[in-house]
Amino acid sequence: MADVINSHATTSEAHGHRALQHHFENMEQQREAGTLGMWVFLVTEIMFFGGMFLAYTLYRSKYPASFASASNHLDITLGTVNTGVLILSSFTMAMAVYFTQIGKRRPQILCLILTLMLGLTFLGIKGVEYHDKYRDHLIPGHLIPSSPFLENEAEAEHHGLHLLEGATLPQVEMFYWIYFAMTGMHALHMIIGAGLLTFLLIYSIKGRFDPEYHSPVEVIGLYWHFVDIVWIFLFPLLYLLGRHLEHG
Amino acid sequence: MRPIEYYEPPVPSKVNYINAQYGLKSWLLTKDHKRIALLYLGSITFFFFIGGLYALMIRLELLTPQGDFLQSATYNKVFTQHGIIMIFFFLIPSIPATLGNFLVPMMIGAKDLAFPRINLLSWYVYLLGGVITIYALLAGGVDTGWTFYTPFSTTFSNSYVVATGLGIFINGFSSILTGLNFIVTIHTMRAPGMTWFRLPLFIWSHYATSLIMILGTPVIAITVLLLAFERVARVGIFDPALGGDPILFQHLFWFYSHPAVYIMVLPSMGVVSELIANFSRKNIFGYSFVAFSSLAIAVFGFLVWGHHLFVTSQSVYAGMIFSFLSFAVAIPSAIKVFNWTATLYKSSISYDTPMLYGLGFIGLFTVGGMTGLFLASLAVDVHLSDTYFVVAHFHYIMVGGALMGYLGGLHYWWPKISGRMYPEGWGRFSALVIFVGFNLTFLPQFVAGYLGMPRRYHAYPPEFQVFNVLSTAGASILGFGMLIPAIYFVWSMRYGKRAEANPWHLPGLEWRTPSPPPTENFAVTPIVTWEAYEFAPPEETQVVGKFGPELEQI
Repeated sequence: MADVINSHATTSEAHGHRALQHHFENMEQQREAGTLGMWVFLVTEIMFFGGMFLAYTLYRSKYPASFASASNHLDITLGTVNTGVLILSSFTMAMAVYFTQIGKRRPQILCLILTLMLGLTFLGIKGVEYHDKYRDHLIPGHLIPSSPFLENEAEAEHHGLHLLEGATLPQVEMFYWIYFAMTGMHALHMIIGAGLLTFLLIYSIKGRFDPEYHSPVEVIGLYWHFVDIVWIFLFPLLYLLGRHLEHG
Repeated sequence: MRPIEYYEPPVPSKVNYINAQYGLKSWLLTKDHKRIALLYLGSITFFFFIGGLYALMIRLELLTPQGDFLQSATYNKVFTQHGIIMIFFFLIPSIPATLGNFLVPMMIGAKDLAFPRINLLSWYVYLLGGVITIYALLAGGVDTGWTFYTPFSTTFSNSYVVATGLGIFINGFSSILTGLNFIVTIHTMRAPGMTWFRLPLFIWSHYATSLIMILGTPVIAITVLLLAFERVARVGIFDPALGGDPILFQHLFWFYSHPAVYIMVLPSMGVVSELIANFSRKNIFGYSFVAFSSLAIAVFGFLVWGHHLFVTSQSVYAGMIFSFLSFAVAIPSAIKVFNWTATLYKSSISYDTPMLYGLGFIGLFTVGGMTGLFLASLAVDVHLSDTYFVVAHFHYIMVGGALMGYLGGLHYWWPKISGRMYPEGWGRFSALVIFVGFNLTFLPQFVAGYLGMPRRYHAYPPEFQVFNVLSTAGASILGFGMLIPAIYFVWSMRYGKRAEANPWHLPGLEWRTPSPPPTENFAVTPIVTWEAYEFAPPEETQVVGKFGPELEQI
């Protein structure tokens, strides 16, 4: 990707677009390579997240009651709002790609700014959620050494975590590890995405993109949509899995 | 038969990729795939010799039944580090990152890989992973075996597991980036006329390898990452004490690490396809079968990992399916061996050094593959699991297969890479020494393992000594044989005979540009009008002009 992004390269004007890199024949080939490269990268991302999804699936089927109890403590309102925020950011991202393709710079910049703001909003809300978990002593293991996980059921009840029948605290702790691993990895991808968007924004303001050369916007758009889709899977798996058992 | 259009070799140009620029910076910041290939070549050779030193220590310890040379704890570290260095830092990058990096663009008629910057990044990532791993080795080493099985690695091992894991995690991304680059390059950068079925088989095998790299490596990355967190922060999904399942770790580990064997051997098969066809001067028998068998190996390779878990608590029904699928993966491998053999039939073979390695590969890979079937059989595996039979089997694949192909390819393309010929006599001599040394090292281990000698112990009952003495003697010969090419390759860079553009008189695209090639590989984008491995007698060869007349102007 970096190649596509940085490709304000050196070729002489006679040979075509100023963004054409020397080892490509034309812009079409360069665009195809960039797009395919991102798709292949996204495949590796699916496999990367796949390992965690496998662990989730295994232990959810092994410890259903504990996973439901732990899941019920997640803040469904914040989770839902965040889902909406991300879906909206995917829309603005798609519009940014569209406006770049037809060469309208002002709305393109506007859409990029909106996407970036929405992404940061998501991260902010996620931060609030993480803080709530910290407050309720739900940080597993020694991730934060000074903040051990809940010790007993009474303490759990005190912090609003109701253990369903068959649930145990060590298994709840494992849920929270999987929760932090998956959402943490997702948040890391969001942060990288925000960095890439900033990059696009600077280049857009400098007027580097035009209808002939828009693949960086398109390619980073693909990445952004992918990160959103990961959340679309995480949300029901983590937040919604035990709601019907809440009072059971 | 229609006459073959052939371009006269171009006039050698004074400027090539090696002398186009001078200075350390021009190498460390290069985006030329050929220079990056050389950077990789230097670094993997370094790691190869470190791994070789560990092998030497293992063989010295096993010379006598008593544990007299190394303590058991030290021995654990030595075999672990031998495995980690050789697998992650030598074999996995060996052919793809050096020969593949150099040749994939040249063979398809491109100026470079699709993402030159990412290509350079992959080398730095590799280096960073390597430095961290070396740090772990110097700080005190790691003793878990290269497999990092939990809960030993997460809870009990008192060695540098996290640092080594981090090194492997980072190194994995270099493999991913290489695979990504190859896939995109092969899809989008082929020269006009270079259709999929005109691609050299080397390209097909690298395409299949890249598929495994991008699908498998992320899984080991996340697995090692979770393992490190589990060890550091006591948050876990693998340790039974935390409610986890150690078998889950083994599944995730082997989901990558079995296909990783095909990352090592598939590129080697690609090299051997080139060697067999070109040094018997005959179109390869069953081109499309050889091409698709590479893809079949990549696909089937992902479905057999469970055969590493036959002696765990894995369900016996899963075991049966994995056993069946492991047998199935032998089919595409056998297709290759049969097709290579059929290519040799009634051809005009020349026994140059690369071909000696190519022929050696066929024999050694067959032994390695067949003994793999023993291990894929459920009942037999219970007897052979964790014995020296397994050790011998996978060394026949990794050394007898992957390394032989690498050395064969290095000799074959050395004139193109360096612009010099290696000394042919020494080449043949060392190929024979390596072949003999290799077999003497590992054939006795099949017997010792079958008789029950377990792997990973530094002491053993005296009745196994004869096999171990033979093995150590063989390893000495093998090590000596490896030193010869290391010396003459370096020697030839200065003193070797200057290589022609096409020293082997072959039709492939990489031979239609000077040795060493110019930075942009081809002066003009070639237009491909011939099939792969199209050989014809000289009288049927029609010269249609000089190739790349502009070269002089560069």
